[in-house]
Amino acid sequence: MDLEYGERYETFRKEVRQFLDRHKPKKNTSASTPEGRVALVEWLTLQIEHGYWGRTIPQAYGGFGAPPDLLETVIMDEEFNRVGTTRGIPAQGPSMLVPTLLEHGSEEQKKRWIGPTLRGEVFWCQGYSEPGAGSDLASLQTAAREEGDDIVINGQKIWTSTADRSEMMFLLVRTEPDAKKHEGISYVLVPMDTPGLEVQSLRTMTGDIGENSFNQVFFTDARVPKRNVVGRRGEGWKIANTTLKHERNSLNSNGEATLLKLIRLMQNETMNGVASIANPVYRDRLMRLQARVLSMKHHSMRMLTATLKDEASGVAGLVTKLQNCQLNFDMAALAIDVMGELGVLYDHTRYERDKGWWQAHSMFSLGLIIGGGTAQIQKNIISERGLGMPREPKPARS
Amino acid sequence: MDFGLSDDQKLLEETLRSFLADRVPITRIRDLRSAACPNDRAIWRELAELGATGVLIPEQHGGSALSLLDAAIVSQALGHAVTPTPFLASAVMVPIALAGLGDAKVGSWLAGIATGASAFGVATTELFSLREGAGIRFAGGKLTGKAMMAIDAVSADFVLIPLADERLAVVRGDAPGLTRTRLATVDATRCTAELVLAGVAPEAVFDDRGPALARMLDAGRIALAADALGAAESMIAQAVAYSLQRRQFDRQIGSFQAVKHMCAEMIAELEPTRSLIWYAAHSFDAMPDETPLMACHALAHVSEIGRDIASVATQVHGGIGWTDEQNLHFWFKRIAVDRHLLGGPELLRERAARLQGLALAS
Repeated sequence: MDLEYGERYETFRKEVRQFLDRHKPKKNTSASTPEGRVALVEWLTLQIEHGYWGRTIPQAYGGFGAPPDLLETVIMDEEFNRVGTTRGIPAQGPSMLVPTLLEHGSEEQKKRWIGPTLRGEVFWCQGYSEPGAGSDLASLQTAAREEGDDIVINGQKIWTSTADRSEMMFLLVRTEPDAKKHEGISYVLVPMDTPGLEVQSLRTMTGDIGENSFNQVFFTDARVPKRNVVGRRGEGWKIANTTLKHERNSLNSNGEATLLKLIRLMQNETMNGVASIANPVYRDRLMRLQARVLSMKHHSMRMLTATLKDEASGVAGLVTKLQNCQLNFDMAALAIDVMGELGVLYDHTRYERDKGWWQAHSMFSLGLIIGGGTAQIQKNIISERGLGMPREPKPARS
Repeated sequence: MDFGLSDDQKLLEETLRSFLADRVPITRIRDLRSAACPNDRAIWRELAELGATGVLIPEQHGGSALSLLDAAIVSQALGHAVTPTPFLASAVMVPIALAGLGDAKVGSWLAGIATGASAFGVATTELFSLREGAGIRFAGGKLTGKAMMAIDAVSADFVLIPLADERLAVVRGDAPGLTRTRLATVDATRCTAELVLAGVAPEAVFDDRGPALARMLDAGRIALAADALGAAESMIAQAVAYSLQRRQFDRQIGSFQAVKHMCAEMIAELEPTRSLIWYAAHSFDAMPDETPLMACHALAHVSEIGRDIASVATQVHGGIGWTDEQNLHFWFKRIAVDRHLLGGPELLRERAARLQGLALAS
């Protein structure tokens, strides 16, 4: 056990701090306005130049070109979080598409897409789930047929986050209808302005609060060039699994920050003149949550160590998503309960605490319990891959 | 950055597990149910030969002066095998309560623990819970009063007794005026006692032991948490193994999602708790300011998830799990007693809140 980073890394940490002191933007870098988008691209470009974003991506593809070093990544994230800013963009393009292209993309695709994606010039959405293909993703039916140099897409995708504000989509389509379920799928890059592609927003239970958009995407003879297929035709399932692996890795959570916010709320929130932190029932619930937050914090250090040492983390590495998503939901639940009858206020109503964040966070957390593999799918993965239990036998065909 | 066990620590864990599987199988533990005290001295001496009883004892007294994380690893292995030993009192709590004392008697006591020649009990319940008129007074060189649920005390050679004003006494187990009555619990692997002292002359009384006693409780709680962790880990392994062997409806029951999800939920709770307990144990030597809070959370949290695991793992076994013959109940009961020996979760969480200034001192 040694929880020090060591001198070389502490020097690196100082460099990151100096960079942030000097360059942290004062302008709004939210992509929701045109000016914000310009400022965001400038800020991301500066981060790449200094090696704090796209750090390990080769320079030929628009990155900084440093060798991979997980501790450097951890330190950069810690320091950016500390000053309340985000490193890079927490979007599906950099976190999922870029690693996938690096592994499976053609030279042309890498050169064309990775740089603009890192710089925030191109936003991506993920076209995987369909109304009939959720947990059983490989049963997807959106079809693509070949016509000359193009493929022509027909079908429907759903649960497509940020589709209405993305320039591109990475899409799974069935190109080989006669092949086996997992062998007839291809991975395609699709411009969102392709004729025949229509986005319909899907209102979620959170309503209009928050910046999360959720959509359905319809394809009617939507035509894209064949060179937009990543890897070989029919290999899309294998390629998508690379991407899903990156999605699971990116679903970490900042439980300590949420807990701190909850403690502050409980110190300030009073009923009958007494702060809710002084209520032993609420306080006991808070301490139970703190134990879980500390467990997950130290668990992430253990998993980080396993990765650093290139050791298999076994079943311990499979439980993070399940536990963190539920923990976030439970923290929001206590916050709502201590606010009592005012805890249900929503929609920018007067007397809302923390601008209604807790109700939104509760519902958003519920979405994350389902999204990216439901809790039940997680439990199948944990029991099968982690504990060596058998798969559910397929029902006999009648 | 290296969060985890060293190669030496992994070896310690493996050595103990295979020793316990070989030398203290459940059949032997079943036999010890009829003993006056299950803390069998032969097991204790064999553990001493492996170096397990002296992990926290200074080298000059024959120990190996390792860290609390090493002690927690031993404790976890003992919980995993539901081994009856006075490890918690003798090898964890006593060496820390007596740490730094130059007294010759202390040296010989610690040496006795390291060789396995002697065993200690501790009467520490009254540090956090007063019931049944318990409490021990020291006046005129004599100890008088009563202690409840004194850990490992029934057959111990010596008993450590905290007193008022940060003082600490050690009495002989066979001292005139001391009556020890075993208070049998659900757990046949544990040996707790009521002590009645009618003018007992102590072997020694030490002053200014407040901080050492606080550290002793923290270390005891972390070791106890590790014991429960080991027991819960074993219960999950037994449940999974049984689910692969037992067939119903022409299938292994472990192929039913209902059963798989029970097992997944258990391990999903256990693994992060292991990380929490490792960190708590590591903090004892590396970041002592954090230890009081971490000790409370580690034991309180494993107590909560442990109780659920004990119940669910038994349910995976169905009816056979509820029988004496299947032996699973030894683990269930070990976890149940671990939960309360050094303070239950509600009590520990209230202390955790106080330590952070989130509750008024009571």
